[in-house]
Amino acid sequence: MSIDTAPAASATALDATSGAATRRDILHRLLMTIGPILAALVIAGCILLAVGVDPLAYYGYVLEKGLFSPLGIQQTLTRMAPLLFLAAGLIVAFRAGMWNLGGDGQFLLGAVTAAASAPVLVQILPAWLALFCSFLIAMLVAIIWSLVPALLRAYQGVNEIITTLMMTFLGTSLANVLVKLVFRDPGTTVPQTRTLPVEDRLPRLFETTITSGLLLGLAAIIIVHLVMTRTAFGLKLRIVGANPRAAVHAGLGVPGLTIAVFAISAGLAGLAGAVDIIGVQGNVRADWNPAYGLAVIPAVFLARMNGFAAIGFVFLLSVLSIGGESAARRLGVPNHFTLVLVSIVLIVLALAEYVDHRYHQSRKA
Amino acid sequence: MSSLSSSPVDISDIVALEGVTKRFPGIVANDGIDLSIRPGEVHVLLGENGAGKSTLIGMLSGLQQPDEGRILVDGKPTPITSPRHALALGIGTVFQHMMLVPTLTVAENLLLGGPWWQRPRTEELEARVAEITRSLGITVKLHARVSELSLGEQQQVEILRAMVRNSRLLILDESTSMLTPTGIEELGALMRRLVEQGLAIVFITHKLKEAAAFGDRISVLKLGRKVGEIPPERFRALGEQEIISEIVELMFGKQKDDPEAIERPARAVDAQAAPLLQVADLTVAPTDNAPGLSSISFDIRPGEILGIAGIDGNGQKQLAEALAGQRVATGGSVRLEGVSIETLSVGERRQRGLRYLTDDRLGEGTVGTFPVSINFFLKQVGAAPFWRGGVEQRAEIDKRAAELVREYDVRTPSLKTPVARLSGGNIQKVLLARELAEGAKVVIFNKPTYGLDLANTLASRQRIRDTAARGLAVLLISTDLEELLSMCDRIAVIANGALVGTVANANDARTRVGRLMIGLAA
Repeated sequence: MSIDTAPAASATALDATSGAATRRDILHRLLMTIGPILAALVIAGCILLAVGVDPLAYYGYVLEKGLFSPLGIQQTLTRMAPLLFLAAGLIVAFRAGMWNLGGDGQFLLGAVTAAASAPVLVQILPAWLALFCSFLIAMLVAIIWSLVPALLRAYQGVNEIITTLMMTFLGTSLANVLVKLVFRDPGTTVPQTRTLPVEDRLPRLFETTITSGLLLGLAAIIIVHLVMTRTAFGLKLRIVGANPRAAVHAGLGVPGLTIAVFAISAGLAGLAGAVDIIGVQGNVRADWNPAYGLAVIPAVFLARMNGFAAIGFVFLLSVLSIGGESAARRLGVPNHFTLVLVSIVLIVLALAEYVDHRYHQSRKA
Repeated sequence: MSSLSSSPVDISDIVALEGVTKRFPGIVANDGIDLSIRPGEVHVLLGENGAGKSTLIGMLSGLQQPDEGRILVDGKPTPITSPRHALALGIGTVFQHMMLVPTLTVAENLLLGGPWWQRPRTEELEARVAEITRSLGITVKLHARVSELSLGEQQQVEILRAMVRNSRLLILDESTSMLTPTGIEELGALMRRLVEQGLAIVFITHKLKEAAAFGDRISVLKLGRKVGEIPPERFRALGEQEIISEIVELMFGKQKDDPEAIERPARAVDAQAAPLLQVADLTVAPTDNAPGLSSISFDIRPGEILGIAGIDGNGQKQLAEALAGQRVATGGSVRLEGVSIETLSVGERRQRGLRYLTDDRLGEGTVGTFPVSINFFLKQVGAAPFWRGGVEQRAEIDKRAAELVREYDVRTPSLKTPVARLSGGNIQKVLLARELAEGAKVVIFNKPTYGLDLANTLASRQRIRDTAARGLAVLLISTDLEELLSMCDRIAVIANGALVGTVANANDARTRVGRLMIGLAA
């Protein structure tokens, strides 16, 4: 190591020029995100060609149904509500270096408890209070469900990827059992919970079919973003995530923070379930599992755990899933092709990241 | 093996190093080292941790390339380009940590590395192993699983593996560190038989007794330089005690051209003042990979620097962490200004003025991806005026960080630069600024100049002296005896988690501390 000769005074001087640097940085980021997505669309198009489907027609349907038709865009925005809550939960966990992959179990348990409690509560409480209580119950149940992985990770160092994944299997099964055995609506032959009357659900926005849960979701993810980037609590979580040993050295209570992270992350997943039920579905049918929890993970990664970017990617995901469903119906492509598309995007992005990193390394050397 | 044992023992070097230098960012690991390795000799490489032994072995075994100088094999300059190449040249290495697959049998381990397209030649191997083991007088259970063998037996397997591959030079890296006393003696006897067969052995250790008992030739490394050699003729002429005292002189003796040697300015510590830090019977339970502490007691007065000397890994880190509150103490008391703090958390101890400057600057001292400005306040997250009501006050943080950057002369492109991008010396300045800023009363420095260049080393030492001059109590943990001698008022020696003696830093401190460090009475 040579002795540094740069004068210390330049520390402040250089800050002034960093504005241009950040602008270039943002441009680079945009390029590194949009370029791979376009490349992925081309690759997915080749796959569509190979199975004998016109890719342009497919993408056209996706855009038309998911984005440009009035009904489609309303469906897309409605779909965003639970996804935003899930993304918010994942941002907290991932920024703190904890891989909560149990979102689906937490989501379904939240959904089932909300579906079970809301129709009962609206009969005895004012509507707004009843829905609020349902949200609260859903959140608490999801938090309790996350305690097992949280405690194991905090005090025994057990890998949370494995425990949360296992808990999600148990959670989805338990949710089913609850629907079929405990909360089953005696009034129907289909195994499902009692249905929340449409007039008691979350109000729709203006004259559309868009649920006001969208606003709650946006609020949740923005609050999470601000907490993570602007507050002492968020910084503590980020320290734990970036360097757990530094967290211990700095005197942070790592086990307590770990449990808090799981509670917030799972609580938001539970709220996602509640917002989908109370806002849109009205009840939970047995064996219902939209698997939003896993679908949102790529969006959060692509957004690099930035809340605002995550809103954009969640929107894109919604367009793809709403549009993809109808395009699949019309063109005879399997419904799961949306997942194929998303995974191609992810792989291409990872490759681009790797190449970019290597390029930077070689330029530095 | 038979071909080797029958070859005449000649004097010429199998491998020779000429002026070999290897640099890493921030440190010169090897500095112009000459070494000659001859058949029929056990060449002992002695040195403390960080003396450059591992780097030297890395270069001999093809893992690393020298930056300057050259390596001669059989008298011809030969760059050793890879571990495979080293094996082909007949250089076999037995590393400090076992490199066998525990779930495979001994025979399977020995056959690893053969061409993948051939069936393993088990019969051939058995014949060859029988031949080698007979000549060495050892027995190896070829069909036992490695996980069932003792560490000593595993080591024999590793040596055997090197022999099966026709090694002419065997490098044993800290091979005795995990062995029992009998295991060590057996290894010594085995080495003797191997060199009698005409092999050359390089034996790395930091234990003086083993060096004197097993060696034919000793080279002493210190801070990357070779500071002395005892050739075989002299070795045979001296008794064990004389050899040890000569090595002590080489290892801990004063270097005449040492630029770091500064006379310690006389400072008066008020012997009447009440101690700022009082530690009594501090005990920590050992863990799987770290020694514990047994009954550590000392006092430090205001303005005093107490040094902790010792070979690395004897409980220094555990001591620092137990004092800072990062490690659970099982017994004893720690008093700061007379108030007992041993039950307090890390944050509360810091609040009261106890500061710990860690030696692991990037591992735990900083969050490398975070900006320099935030790293100044890692231990104050949430505290006013930098956070109000839990909300970050960007302007306050930047203002104070800019002050600290100026005051501590941190050379950084900007306050937003991720701290890991700075050089080691500048990261250390960030840590110094963080720990010494307002409110410090007792400061623990753990290896504060480790891996720094000369300018930053001297600057850090001056900071520490200034700290003591301000009336703070300083605990200076270091493996560099020169550093301790140039700064401390008293030096305590730690070995196996216990303080084995404390020496006032007077004229004879160097030899007395040196003797304590290697387990002799002061």
